[in-house]
Amino acid sequence: MRNITFTLNGEKVTVETTLSRRLLDVIRIDLGLTGTKEGCGEGECGACQVYLDGKIVNSCLVPMSNVIGREVQTIEGFAKTKAYEKIEKAYIEEGAVQCGFCTPGMVMATNALLKDNAHPNSKEIKESLAGNICRCTGYQTIFKAVKKIADEEEK
Amino acid sequence: MKIKDPVNRVDIQAKLNGSVKYIEDMIFENLHYARTLRSSIPRGKILSVAYPDIIEGITIVDKNDIIDKNEVSMIDTDMPIFADSEVNYVGEPIALIVGKDKNQVIEFFNKIIVEYEPLEAVLTMGDNATFSKRTYTKGDLSKYSTLEEFSGHYKTTYQEQLYMEKQGVVANYVDKRIEIYGSMQCPYYIKNALINALGFNENRIRVIQTTTGGAFGGKEDYPSLMACQTALASIKIGAPVRLIFDRREDIIFTTKRHPSETNITSYLENGKIKGMKIDVELDAGPYLGLSDVVLQRAILSMTGAYQIENLEVNGVVYKTNNVFNGAFRGFGAPQSLFALEQHMTQIAKHLGKDPLDLRREYFVQTGQLTSTNGIFHENIYLAKMADKLEEISDYKNLKKESDDGNLVGYGFAIVPHGGGFTGDGEAVHIKAVVKLKKDTEGFVHILVSNVEMGQGALTALAKIVASALDIPLDRVVYKNTDTHAVPDSGPTAASRTTMVIGKLLYEAAVKLREVMDVNEEIIITEHYKQPDYIEWDQDTLQGNAYLSYSWAALLARVEVDPLTLEVSCTDIYGIYDVGIPVDEKLLLGQVHGGVIQGMGYGMMEAMYSDGGKIQQNSFASYAVPTTVDVPNIHSDWIINEYEDGPFGAKAAGELTLVGVAPAIASAVADAIGKDIYEIPVLPEKILEVTK
Repeated sequence: MRNITFTLNGEKVTVETTLSRRLLDVIRIDLGLTGTKEGCGEGECGACQVYLDGKIVNSCLVPMSNVIGREVQTIEGFAKTKAYEKIEKAYIEEGAVQCGFCTPGMVMATNALLKDNAHPNSKEIKESLAGNICRCTGYQTIFKAVKKIADEEEK
Repeated sequence: MKIKDPVNRVDIQAKLNGSVKYIEDMIFENLHYARTLRSSIPRGKILSVAYPDIIEGITIVDKNDIIDKNEVSMIDTDMPIFADSEVNYVGEPIALIVGKDKNQVIEFFNKIIVEYEPLEAVLTMGDNATFSKRTYTKGDLSKYSTLEEFSGHYKTTYQEQLYMEKQGVVANYVDKRIEIYGSMQCPYYIKNALINALGFNENRIRVIQTTTGGAFGGKEDYPSLMACQTALASIKIGAPVRLIFDRREDIIFTTKRHPSETNITSYLENGKIKGMKIDVELDAGPYLGLSDVVLQRAILSMTGAYQIENLEVNGVVYKTNNVFNGAFRGFGAPQSLFALEQHMTQIAKHLGKDPLDLRREYFVQTGQLTSTNGIFHENIYLAKMADKLEEISDYKNLKKESDDGNLVGYGFAIVPHGGGFTGDGEAVHIKAVVKLKKDTEGFVHILVSNVEMGQGALTALAKIVASALDIPLDRVVYKNTDTHAVPDSGPTAASRTTMVIGKLLYEAAVKLREVMDVNEEIIITEHYKQPDYIEWDQDTLQGNAYLSYSWAALLARVEVDPLTLEVSCTDIYGIYDVGIPVDEKLLLGQVHGGVIQGMGYGMMEAMYSDGGKIQQNSFASYAVPTTVDVPNIHSDWIINEYEDGPFGAKAAGELTLVGVAPAIASAVADAIGKDIYEIPVLPEKILEVTK
C-alpha cells in the first residue's frame, strides 16, 4: 500500500492503494464516483472509459502506477462542462439512451471523437465509437446524435 | 398532453450524466461479497467439498443452510438453490463463499477442492429424457401424404443476451424481513420464489428493482436463483450480501436462447403448398425453467405469416446436461421463424418463383383460421406492408452487383409476433392487477410491477396515463418497482408491458379522469379481463394462441466477400405493424435495437457448448455487433388501430428481433446461390455449403 496522488475532475486527490490496483476500482470504490461502469473488465466494451491527461482510456486496464501525478476526468467531471451540455442535448433529442449502462462511456467517447474531429463523416463516427458496445440502441440514434452536434457546430 | 405529442425519455438525464444507481453502484452498510462455487463437470455426484481452514470473516453458504425448501420455484420446482448431492450442468452452484473483504473471499475460494464421481452426461438432443412434448394439427395432413415432399432441416445455436449490466442482487435480512435489491425483470417471480424457499409469510419478503441495465429475457427467471442464494446468506450472517457476476461468469453460466433443430416437410401439388409437417426440438439444459413455455411459443409461431391449411406440428423440449436455458427476446419464435423463412425461400427457389411473390400467396388474412383454429379477429395488412416494403427498398430495381466485386444477395422475412402471454396465460396465470393513485397534490402514481430495463417502460406507460388524463407528463410518477408498494401486474416479458399493462392503466386513467378534481387521495384498481373473442384450450392448444399479432416485413441486403466469405449486412428494410405506436421515438429505439440484436443472431453471435461447457466467455470470443458492423436501417410502419391496446397500440419489443436473422440468412443464400440451414452464417459455414 502507498499513497498515490493524482488530479480527479480538477481536484488533487490522494488515495492509499497499491500500484497494480485498477483505476476503475479506485474511482468507483475508493472515491465513490459510480458513473464509470464496469461492463467486462477486459477493455472490450468501453463502459469504463475516462480521460487520462485528456486521452480516452478504458479505466479497467489502467493500473494506478500509471496514474501518479496525472489528470483523470470521469463522467461526473465531464458532465459539468459546456461540451457535455451539447452532447446531452443531442442524445436526449435523438433518444440515444436505453438501459443507460454503456451511456457514460459512450458520452466520453463521443466527446473524444468530436474533440479531434469536429465534423466526422459516418465512417469516422462508426470507427471511433467501435470500442463502445451498446446492446440496446443498435447505435443508430447515437450516430444521429453525434451528427447533430457536428452539424450544429457548423452553423 | 396528447398521445401524439413526442416526448423525451423520462430517465435519460440521470443515465447520461452517470448519476443513476445500478445495483453495483449502491452503498449498503456492512456489505458482504459473495462468490459462487460451481460445478466443473456436466453431471456427477459430489463426493466431497474440501474447504481450506476457515478464516475469520468467511462464511460458506450451501445446501446445509436451506431454511425450508431447496427449490427455486418457477413453473416447476426442480432446480435446487444449491446442488444437493449431484450436479447437473457445468456451472451449477454448489455454495456461496461470503465475506466482507473481496480479496479474502477470492483467496479462500481459490483453495476449495471439489471431488466428483462423474456420471454419464447427456449433451445432445435425441431419445433422452424430455421435459415436455406438445402437438397440434390443423386440417387433415394425411390426405396429402402422397404428394411431392419438400424438406429441410434447420439448426440454431445459443444466443447470449449480453445485457451490458451483469446479473446482480443484494439481499438484506433486517427485522426478520428479507429485502432483495437487484437488476431484474420480474419482481414477483422473485418474491414467489422466496416465499417457497424460505417459507416466510409474504409480508416478510420485499423485492425492490434497481435500475436495470438491459435484460432481454436474461433477467426474467435467473435472478430468482440468485435472490434465493443471497437471502440464505444474509439470514445466516445477519448482514447484506451482494452477488454480482463477473462478465465471464455471466456469459458462460446464465440462461441463453435455446439451441434448436427443426424439420419441415412441405407437401406440394401444382406449385402449391398443401400442407406442412413440422418437428421442433429445443435443448433446455437440466431444469425445466421456462422451457415448456418457450416451446409453446416456438410451435405456435411455426407457420408465421402464412396460411397453411393442413398441418401437423410437434415440439419437444429435451432435458440435457448443457447450460440451463431461458428467456431471450422472441422466446422460441426466432428459432421457428428462421426455419420457416428459410423453408419458404427454398420453396420459392424450387418452384422458380420470386421469394416475395411466393410469400404473398400464403399471407394470412383477417377472419381466417389461425394455425390453431382460432380466428384472426384484427385487421391484417400484410399485402399492403409487402407493397410498402417493395416501395421503400425499390425492390424492382435492386442491383445484384457491388462496386468491389462482392457477392450481393437479398432476403425476405415476413413475420408475426403474438403480444402478451400465450393462449389464456394472461387471464389464467398472470391475472394482472394495476393501480393508479392520485395524491392530494394532484400527482398521479403508476403502481405496477413491470420494470424499466432500457426498453422505455417508464416513459411509455407514463405517456399513456398522462395522455389519457390530458395532464403534463411530469405530473405522472412511476418509479422502479417495489413489491411493498405495487400490486402484481405480472412479469416484464412477452412484449406485454405497453399492450396489456398500458391498456389496464389507460382504463384506470379513464376512471380517474372523472374524479381528478376531488381533493383527496384516490386509488383506482384495474384487473385484467380477457377479451370475449379470445378462446383457448390449453390441453389441445386450440383457439387464439395470442391476443393479437404484430407484424414485420423485412428485406435484408448482404454482401459476401468471395475470397474470405465474410458477410456484411449493408441494409435492412423494415415495415412494421404495431397498431398505433405509443411513441415513435421509443418504437424506433426498439426497431434499431431489435434489428441489430437479430443481425447478431443471424451472422455473428456464435456460441457453442463443448463437453457441456460454453466455449465463448468474453466480448472478445463472443462477437456482438459493434458500430462498424451495423447496416443502414430503413424503417417505416403502418397505422392499424388495435381496439384492445392503449391508444390502439400492440406489442413491439420482440417483433423487431424475430425476423432479422431469417432475412439475412436468405440474403446470404441468394448471394452465394446455396441454401442455408444453420445460423449464424459464419464464413466457415458458408465454406461448408459452397465447397
